[in-house]
Amino acid sequence: MDKPLTGAMRSDGQALSLKEYEDAGGYSALRKALKGMTPHEVLEEVKKSNLRGRGGAGFPTGLKWSFMPMGADVARPKYLVCNADEMEPGTFKDRLLLEGNPHLLLEGMVLSGFALDADIAYIFLRWEYRVAAERLERAIEEAYQSNYLGKNILGSGYSLDMRLHVSAGRYICGEETALLNALEGKRAVPRSKPPHPQVSGLWGKPTVVNNAETYCNVPHIIGNGADWYKGLSRTDEGGTKLYGVSGRVKRPGAWELPMGTTMRELLEEHGGGMRDGYKFRGALPGGASTDFILEEHLDVRMDFESMQKTGSRMGTGTMIVLDDKTCPVGMVLNLQTFFARESCGWCTPCREGLPWIVKMLDAIERGEGGMEDLEILQQQTRLLGPGNTFCALAPGAMEPLQSALKYFKADFEKHIRERRCPYKGGV
Amino acid sequence: MLTEEEKKEVEEELRKNERKKAAAVEALKVVQRHRGWVSQDDIDELSEALDMTPDELDAVATFYSLIFRKPVGRHVILICDSVSCWIMEYERMLQHLTSRLGIRPGETTSDGRFTLLPVACLGACDRAPAMMVGETLYTDLAPEKIDEILDKYK
Repeated sequence: MDKPLTGAMRSDGQALSLKEYEDAGGYSALRKALKGMTPHEVLEEVKKSNLRGRGGAGFPTGLKWSFMPMGADVARPKYLVCNADEMEPGTFKDRLLLEGNPHLLLEGMVLSGFALDADIAYIFLRWEYRVAAERLERAIEEAYQSNYLGKNILGSGYSLDMRLHVSAGRYICGEETALLNALEGKRAVPRSKPPHPQVSGLWGKPTVVNNAETYCNVPHIIGNGADWYKGLSRTDEGGTKLYGVSGRVKRPGAWELPMGTTMRELLEEHGGGMRDGYKFRGALPGGASTDFILEEHLDVRMDFESMQKTGSRMGTGTMIVLDDKTCPVGMVLNLQTFFARESCGWCTPCREGLPWIVKMLDAIERGEGGMEDLEILQQQTRLLGPGNTFCALAPGAMEPLQSALKYFKADFEKHIRERRCPYKGGV
Repeated sequence: MLTEEEKKEVEEELRKNERKKAAAVEALKVVQRHRGWVSQDDIDELSEALDMTPDELDAVATFYSLIFRKPVGRHVILICDSVSCWIMEYERMLQHLTSRLGIRPGETTSDGRFTLLPVACLGACDRAPAMMVGETLYTDLAPEKIDEILDKYK
């Protein structure tokens, strides 16, 4: 099976050097595009590949790019931004790419920059990824030395500058408009949309923001063609996907597999199944901001389209498993505590609603809740849901809550009836 | 007052960024690298270099969880309290840390050696539970392993 994203990586955890990357065919897609393709042809190839954004929302990448204003009379500079602020709880896929093959990301960004006629590129990295920061810094330097970056790249006439921006915490920085505010040296609160970043992004200039994994797909689409890329997948959505499993499974980890691999294959073949003594109860399929799925959903293919059948989403494709000895109420309390803390405080439903939800869940978990609380929590999932907030943080927080209230209702009621957490021993 | 070295590093960040203000986070980190935290005097002095008002810069500094506006210990422990670590017994690790260090999250040991802070998902969920000490990531934690790790930091 072809593994374009991870196949060339070293087994010792070190980054692929520039030479190793070039020996494995690295930067040949960039040469091909710069010598024989127009920016429009690169864009069309990405469109044809059915690549969808890997940051969680799954927006078609080619379509996103097509909103970027092109031509001689557009505002400059135009920006290309990589979102490497991976902070969605349960998500650990971009780290693998950033640490293992930084030049793949760089090549993908230069190709994307060429397609969009961007002048300046930023990689927005969370501070905690120290190893990735060091390796990206070195890779950028090497790329400048080899003229993969800078002026007149490989004699093509196309120029692109690239900078690494290392952030300083806060989940909200991963929201693309908050990220742009962060890059401008402002508090990282989201902006209202429209205007979308393609029209008015960084410093009010045309900007495209994509996730790190998304960019890493581009060299292979251009190098081998959209048809080859689509052939890697088991569904209509092209390519491979970095999937992951965490929780009480035998072999937690992340693997590059064909897009459309089922959750059951992920869990059982790659994750090794549940640890001895633990049973599967449910999972968040793609990070903290996705609805729970149950055993009955496990045969669904993990791609953006198919996952809709489960009432959940693919999200980041990294699954968090809930076992039968872990309290679902406690788990939802942990998730909501995270979202309440990470709320930027800009809009009222999120700033005020999330702490209220935490208070209620905490009371239930401690055995001090009432049955009427469940109805109020249910109402909150609508009030903090889509359409009422500036960004997707609070609606995302409501996904695990609403599905937990549905699937684990008996657990909530037992906490209230018995006035304690039934998962805690003693009492 | 910023030292000559700090000033040079801040100027370097200003040079690398398209606009002065964009260097705000990096400038705050320069000071923090040298002094451990960012004081009001530092904010006042940096804001001038960044062409911001002190309040504007403080609003940015206090937004970020990893910019410290109060003194911290020599080593900052960031323990991941997000969902995968929580499932893998984060609470037991936290309990061990708080009882060994005699402090709660947000506090610094009386000898100034450690500050304990919670942190959002460290992206090491396949090796949970996880924490960072300074700039180093530690994974697959257990109480005995935490003891060995802490012994390395004086």
